[in-house]
Amino acid sequence: MKKLKLLITGLGIATFGEANADYALNLSPGVTQLSRDIYDLHMYILWICVAIGVGVYGMMVYSIMHHRKSKGAVPAHFHENTKLEVVWTIIPFVILLAMAVPATKVMIEAYDTSASDMTVKVTGYQWKWRYTYLDNGIDFFSTLDAKSNEARQLGVRSNPEAVPNYLLEVDKPLVIPAGKKVRFLFTAADVIHSWWVPKFGWKKDAIPGYVTDAWTKVEEPGIYRGQCAELCGRDHGFMPIVVDVKSEADYGKWVEAQKAQAQKAVADAAKTYSMAELMAKGEEVYNASCAGCHMVNGEGMQGMFPAIKGSSVATGDLNTHLDVVVKGKGQMMPAFGDSLSPVEIAAVVTYQRNGFGNNKGDLVQPSDVSARN
Amino acid sequence: MTEATHEEHAIHDEHIAHGHHDEHDHHGPAKGIMRWVFTTNHKDIGTLYLVTALIMFMVGGAMALVIRAELFEPGMQYVDPNFFNQMTTLHALIMVFGAVMPAFVGFANWMIPMMIGAPDMALPRMNNWSFWILPFAFVMLASTLFMDGGAPAAGWTLYPPLVLQGGAHLPFAIFTVHLLGMSSIMGAINIIVTVFNMRAPGMTLMKLPLFVWTWVITAFLLITVMPVFAGAVTMLLTDKFFGTSFFNAAGGGDPVLYQHLFWFFGHPEVYIMILPSFGVISTIIPTFARKPLFGYSSMVYATASIGFLSFIVWAHHQYTVGMPLAGELYFTYATMLIAVPTGVKVFNWVATMWKGAMTFETPMLFAIAFVVLFTMGGFTGLMMSISPADLQYHDTYFIVAHFHYVLVPGAVFALFAGAYYWLPKWTGHMYDEKLGKLHFWLSTVSVNVLFFPQHFLGLAGMPRRIPDYAVQFAEFNAMSSVGAFIFGFSQLIFVWVVIKAIRGGEKATDEVWEGASEHGLEWTLPSPPPYHTWTTAPDIK
Ligand code: HEM
Ligand SMILES: [Cu+2]
Repeated sequence: MKKLKLLITGLGIATFGEANADYALNLSPGVTQLSRDIYDLHMYILWICVAIGVGVYGMMVYSIMHHRKSKGAVPAHFHENTKLEVVWTIIPFVILLAMAVPATKVMIEAYDTSASDMTVKVTGYQWKWRYTYLDNGIDFFSTLDAKSNEARQLGVRSNPEAVPNYLLEVDKPLVIPAGKKVRFLFTAADVIHSWWVPKFGWKKDAIPGYVTDAWTKVEEPGIYRGQCAELCGRDHGFMPIVVDVKSEADYGKWVEAQKAQAQKAVADAAKTYSMAELMAKGEEVYNASCAGCHMVNGEGMQGMFPAIKGSSVATGDLNTHLDVVVKGKGQMMPAFGDSLSPVEIAAVVTYQRNGFGNNKGDLVQPSDVSARN
Repeated sequence: MTEATHEEHAIHDEHIAHGHHDEHDHHGPAKGIMRWVFTTNHKDIGTLYLVTALIMFMVGGAMALVIRAELFEPGMQYVDPNFFNQMTTLHALIMVFGAVMPAFVGFANWMIPMMIGAPDMALPRMNNWSFWILPFAFVMLASTLFMDGGAPAAGWTLYPPLVLQGGAHLPFAIFTVHLLGMSSIMGAINIIVTVFNMRAPGMTLMKLPLFVWTWVITAFLLITVMPVFAGAVTMLLTDKFFGTSFFNAAGGGDPVLYQHLFWFFGHPEVYIMILPSFGVISTIIPTFARKPLFGYSSMVYATASIGFLSFIVWAHHQYTVGMPLAGELYFTYATMLIAVPTGVKVFNWVATMWKGAMTFETPMLFAIAFVVLFTMGGFTGLMMSISPADLQYHDTYFIVAHFHYVLVPGAVFALFAGAYYWLPKWTGHMYDEKLGKLHFWLSTVSVNVLFFPQHFLGLAGMPRRIPDYAVQFAEFNAMSSVGAFIFGFSQLIFVWVVIKAIRGGEKATDEVWEGASEHGLEWTLPSPPPYHTWTTAPDIK
């Protein structure tokens, strides 16, 4: 029934072209000067195309209606007209010039990353984003939020519509101040990704070994969402981007809070944890960072991703296990040394060695992890 | 005029495979399966290509339906994301290299010798090879589905470093590409040699049917770009297995270099799929408008310009990689220019219809739908050529809509138009016009239900190549999937029409279409044409 309703509304919209906030039919003008300029350019070319289309299709429809044999049309015999052919070569050329000029202007604007107020380095990972604030050292990862992550598993059949911002929500959004020109540097750690927030008007590839740049200046505080736009493997579709644009004052408060948190993390890494604490934390980390490939039940995917359950690494030498998690292995297993804190790594390794029936009894402390870095 | 004397056969038929047979039975094909395996006859090889293409179209189509089933509603229902990526990759590779290209090669094999008054292709034995490589290549590609880690899942562009993460399939997929490339290059050489050496006396270049012209230009594109693709994938192979770092940044290589090499091939490749369509459409519209093609010579020059421009615009697929501003602007301007010769072609088709006496048999219906819908794909192409706007469109469903408008109601509809147009010539029987029209209307309506909403999805922010999406995209995806299933199943009508026409039906006249013999030599031959035609060259007026 739900599907049917979907379908009928869908067909209805298509027939009557009724614009509705939920079903966007067009680009959004966005929230920056650049995005509005791009939107205007888009509308300008769209209307030129529509005008040409009306002309060409009009001629065709007229011929089809009036020059049909069944209406007794007698075929003419002309098959050449040099003047006409020259005219319809030159006119399109002039139209193209009229498009090229504003296009050039907007492109120059898009490339102008000078005079920025701050710089954020964005690194693409399979499948998360890392944001490093080059001005104040804040550095964190941003991944698909837990609710979407749960609902998107194959065969789960929980209703995505019940999940707020399904697939467009992250655990920690990028935070930037409103009214400031923010310069972004893009690179990637494994494969090519592409960072795209439609309301900013552009996307930019994040390429390993390269640094590319782009900029934005958002006028109004608000939350803006996007997704990775370059095929980057299995979870390409699950790599959202959320940007929380705060007023300058709120942004300042956020920066302070981040700094305090960083200090607390340093303190945490020096603590000793109990098995229960590590297991609970470890499960959380596992489900967020590992389950995508090794699966929630630890059984992995045949031929693709090894099982954790009963694995020779998770039940073998502890140092090797830690190495694999911290430094990664082969082309597919990412290094988590950067993206997880020592506490998280200690917890997840403990969880892997004791969960899934592995029962090794090993207890890994954050200090064991820090000692290896 | 087509029944040649025995002496003439003896002179012209040295190349026939069974030349050692009794002189008297080379009028017809050998019997049994070996006829098809060893054949060097251009008509047989044309048939082999066409049948293979139709089978591949069904296989690739089935994969598209797997994709569209998964995308029918939000949430993951049927397939794992990794398998989803394998499906998009194989769907594209099979449609491009298995369906559209071989189908046009099939047309070329059947029609080019008949159109230029040649008894066969110039290099018939190589022709046999070019075909028989294909089935092996596709079996190898399909076998990757059963390998550890599955089939290639990095998209048909096979970008590194992602593609290098692949498992056992990689060398197989790359070897498949090599085989397909060899087949295409041999086929292209054959077409060029045939057209330049085997034309009947009096068939000057500027009298060549437009279909032949478009194929010659396509063949030059093929010969130029296939080796580049072969080189690029070979570099992938050595990066993966021999420790080179062509594309590996950590070893001093450059992943973007691959993109430049790929698109230097890939952009002309899309014209390889569309130029022969232009030829088919330019053949059909004059027949059913009962008027000569408007602007023959400007059509030839426009096709050649499109061919040339296709080599110098490749990086418009890479507006978001961070090229220097000057590069970005150069590729923008050069790409926009393609709209000029393409426009000339469309205007010429409209002018051909203008003041004609049109009738609307199935081939003409498909040809008209081609002009309308391909032009829409052309418009979105023009929009995408503008780099700042493409910063939004790139890698979204807007792109998927664009290229399917040029590939499905573009290339594929031109193939249908051509198939209905020449089917009576090939089989000697009229196809079922009622079923043909039904096929046309179902296909045309559903193809729009399928692809039109994808423009909206792209503009609203849905990236391409994702197995699941945010709920705001649900309605248009549901529509698109319904369109896909109707479109997919409508193609079974076509299969049935073809089988029916092969098995029998109303006898076709030699001319088949009223006045057609003014539009091409093939219509002066009997329907079906005898196994060997033009053993004496025809007179060209
Ligand atoms: C039955 C009609 C068809 C349907 C329903 C269909 C559907 C699709 C879908 C859903 C995708 C995935 C889009 C994405 O997520 O990027 C796709 C990709 C693609 N299709 Fe089709 N398609 C059809 C016919 C064709 C034909 C006839 C061709 C070619 C000649 C073709 C060429 C491609 C290409 C090149 C891709 C891009 C794959 C990639 O992103 O790597 N399709 N198609
Ligand atoms: Cu990504």
